[in-house]
Amino acid sequence: MATLTKAVTIIGSGPAGLTAGLYSARANLNPLVIEGLEAGGQLMLTTAVDNFPGFADGIMGPDLMAAMRAQAERFGAEIIRGNVTAVDLSSRPFVITTGDDRIETQTLIVATGATAKLLGLPSERALMGHGVSTCATCDGFFFRDKPIAVIGGGDSALEEAIFLTRFASHVTLVHRRDTLRASKIMQDKAMANPKITFEWDTEVVEVLDPSRGAVNGVVLRNLKTEARKTLAVDGVFVAIGHTPNTGLFSGQLETDAGGYLLTHDGSRTSVEGVFACGDVQDHVYRQAITAAGSGCMAALDAERYLESIHPPPTTSSPS
Amino acid sequence: MASDKITTFTDGNFDTDVLQAATPVLVDFWAEWCGPCRALAPTMDALAGDYDGRVLIGKLNVDENPGITVKYMVRGIPTVMLFKGGEVVDQIVGVADKAEFQKVLDKHL
Repeated sequence: MATLTKAVTIIGSGPAGLTAGLYSARANLNPLVIEGLEAGGQLMLTTAVDNFPGFADGIMGPDLMAAMRAQAERFGAEIIRGNVTAVDLSSRPFVITTGDDRIETQTLIVATGATAKLLGLPSERALMGHGVSTCATCDGFFFRDKPIAVIGGGDSALEEAIFLTRFASHVTLVHRRDTLRASKIMQDKAMANPKITFEWDTEVVEVLDPSRGAVNGVVLRNLKTEARKTLAVDGVFVAIGHTPNTGLFSGQLETDAGGYLLTHDGSRTSVEGVFACGDVQDHVYRQAITAAGSGCMAALDAERYLESIHPPPTTSSPS
Repeated sequence: MASDKITTFTDGNFDTDVLQAATPVLVDFWAEWCGPCRALAPTMDALAGDYDGRVLIGKLNVDENPGITVKYMVRGIPTVMLFKGGEVVDQIVGVADKAEFQKVLDKHL
């Protein structure tokens, strides 16, 4: 196992991680970016991104991430594949372990993002890949001319529902409340789509049928009337929000009640020399542009911290 | 894909190359348009090197091979199934790291 020594190590390669990589590379800090399993982050699972400033006609999520990656590499960021298995923040330098490498680093920028939440039903877990999905762009293809359900009421749920109408014969949106959290523009689009209907005040209590090895329906419960019914669908797309990826830091970095990393004075975490950016510390905005912005902040904060512990030689200034 | 140790499975050769194979076979169901599938490709390449001669590792394009895709009820990718003696003995859905695949393979060798 090789040991690498770094001034700046970044975990995560979404907009936050790659922007942190770009800024620290331009500051000549030769940062190491560890991609993680979901290289490129959540935008790799999207189609057109229409709200990233500078792209007047929109850009595909994966293309935007490829461009961010190329830009960080152009200035010398070293980007490696691999998944971090352990982080030790109790001594300095910090120690990071991946499957193949051991990394000693003076500063750490955490940009591990967030992962789609599941409903938590055993039947849902059993049918992953066989009709249960959290990625419409990956799996929509399998439901050509078939009825499906999308669970959730936020922007991502509606975006998935609208995207899936390209393939599915019908999309039923199942939502726990009687109003949507999604933005007005997404609501208008979904309401106007003839292939989308809504099940309000409703939750999924079971995905059918694990004994068949594939989805053929969902059991729904109306939360107001307690009435149950079975909806025949071939696919279930779960879009009920995200959980921050903080397992590596449990007991080492302070989090809020929802598990998001707490930051103060910009991107500083509860351990000096460790900075956080992107969705792992943000459950409010969760946009590509805010993630990129916070990645820039983390890189600048890390650079200033390094200067404070290793002041540059003061040749030009009088002592 | 980069590695020449990765076999290409199809509706046409699945019976002979996977179901009747002498060794266990790891089949990666994938498609060009699937970002996470591309992220998984280097892991498959590495496994094909490590398990050369012990496990046959290959990919099946779900776009081009609907027969096998439907037969095994694959409705999400990447899905990786391990076949032994013509039967599915294990599967991993979604992107996972090399260690997780090693654990599954070592259990069945």
